[in-house]
Amino acid sequence: MSTIVAEASLSARAETRAHSAVRRRRYLSGVGTLVLSLVLVVWTIVPIYNMVLISLEPEGDVFTDHIWPRVPSVESFWGVLTQGHWYLEHFWHQFANSLFIGAMVTFFALLFGSLTSFAIGRMRIRHGWLVTNAALLTYVIPASFLAIPFYRIMQNYGLADNPWSVIAALVAFATPYAIFVFQEYGRSIPIEVDESARIDGASPVQIYLRIYLPLMAPALVAVGTYALLLAWNEYLYQFLLLSSKASMTVPVALAQFLSSDQSPWNYMMATAIVYALPPVAIYYAFRRRMTAGLTMGGVKG
Amino acid sequence: MMDNASVVDVGRSALRRRTLSLSLRGGLKGGEYAWALAFVVPYVAVFVAFVAYPVVYGLWMGSETNLYRELFADPIYQKTVVNTVLYLALGVNVKMFLALLLSGFFMRPGWWMKVLLLIFVLPWAVPQISTYVSIHWMLNGEWGFLNNVLFKLFHVEGPSWLNDRWSALGAVIASHIWKWTPFWTLILLAGRMAIPLDIRDSARVDGATGVRGFVHITFPLLANLYLICTLLSTIFLLGDFNAVTFISGGGPANSTHVLATLGIRNAFEIAQPRLGVAAVMSALPLVIPLVIVLMRKLRTAEVQL
Repeated sequence: MSTIVAEASLSARAETRAHSAVRRRRYLSGVGTLVLSLVLVVWTIVPIYNMVLISLEPEGDVFTDHIWPRVPSVESFWGVLTQGHWYLEHFWHQFANSLFIGAMVTFFALLFGSLTSFAIGRMRIRHGWLVTNAALLTYVIPASFLAIPFYRIMQNYGLADNPWSVIAALVAFATPYAIFVFQEYGRSIPIEVDESARIDGASPVQIYLRIYLPLMAPALVAVGTYALLLAWNEYLYQFLLLSSKASMTVPVALAQFLSSDQSPWNYMMATAIVYALPPVAIYYAFRRRMTAGLTMGGVKG
Repeated sequence: MMDNASVVDVGRSALRRRTLSLSLRGGLKGGEYAWALAFVVPYVAVFVAFVAYPVVYGLWMGSETNLYRELFADPIYQKTVVNTVLYLALGVNVKMFLALLLSGFFMRPGWWMKVLLLIFVLPWAVPQISTYVSIHWMLNGEWGFLNNVLFKLFHVEGPSWLNDRWSALGAVIASHIWKWTPFWTLILLAGRMAIPLDIRDSARVDGATGVRGFVHITFPLLANLYLICTLLSTIFLLGDFNAVTFISGGGPANSTHVLATLGIRNAFEIAQPRLGVAAVMSALPLVIPLVIVLMRKLRTAEVQL
């Protein structure tokens, strides 16, 4: 009898010990999460904080040693918005150039990508897989490796310092991704939809416009955001191909700041922030769609 | 093959649809084939004019062998090769390993994890140029934020980070990791999410939790994705021009170039485009095997970027 009681109390004690072990582990993992979270936040935020900090400095105050804005000033943002500094004379023109390139790249990547994937995935044109594979090969050629011959060719075509040369390059880089995503996504739409439309006498163009495009809307949004951000963020081709005041884009202008030691850093950071706001807004607005686009298909097998 | 009885059972429209779809698969008829061709032509034209032609042109530009003799004798090129190898080895592997660990961390439940993830992806959402320019100024020896903090907190005078080859290269690598870890974390997170719940549950019941669960269940399932991501990331990093250009500018004294920036520098700063192409092409012995492995892996796994 007593042994049973002893055993019972032992097991009860073991149970409380197990409980406290669980509690301790939970506590430790909570502390671990907290510490790791803090490290991650600091690591992530510092370069962005630095950008904001300097953009809020009044001119001339940049060369000081404080680590928070002593007298926050929006002078530099005002300077950017009103083109109030000689470095920023053409800011809105450059902004419009960036926007134009982004819009054109998005449009053509979506158009060519959807037409190609419609012909290959839905109409099943013979040897379509060849096009898909060739397109994917674009991604294994590092873009900066193509830049020198591309520059030469654009000069031969007479397209140097012309935004269409940049648009051409970026469409060539964005479309393979579009084709890939559209084909993967298109697999979820039964081919019978197209076939019954054909029986009803719809032409390929009608099927493409009335059935294919509306059904592909989520993939179009995902790829469109990708193409827009690709064009907006791209630097190398714009730097090489757009050098005149008339055709220059925001990233190229930003890089020009760097070339001088006497750069007005507060204006530069304000420009960097204004330039970063549209993509950040788009990113957070379409976040779900974008990650859906990135991982559509995910891991199979 | 079709069974006649079942066709009769299903009815005429099904038969019609079936034959139509068969003829569709066997090849398009007349006008439709013309349409399909017309749909493919724009992209094929873009590909030929702006991808295939530049590749061939580049191969032609870099085809002289004495270019490479000149290139290999260049001390800047020799340093560049060392830098590129270091950049690849550390940049890719540290980043991918962190992404693998962090993707597990972000699997935890709770609102805080969701908020943290939103903050964490910020480096990926902000354009490269903005952040790299900020990092460049942050590392300034005299007025940079980093040294200001070091002085305020520890009364340590920090060095001029970008005036020394190794710390400048380190800054480039760290910035690359800062910028791209979030992206690969999201991809691996999606990979982890795609592991069916019942596998995870039964593994937990069998006692495979924590490290053991990771080693025996999660990692084997993620290994293929991890390999593909590593290969892709290697290729992307090899072509990365911005990090070096904006953070170290290739300096001090051209000691922190990588192949991508050296190619552009040779072609445009010292106006020797062929030498630039040669610098870039000297990476081909590394790129081609990578591409072959990657294409094989992609075909089996159908992972999407």
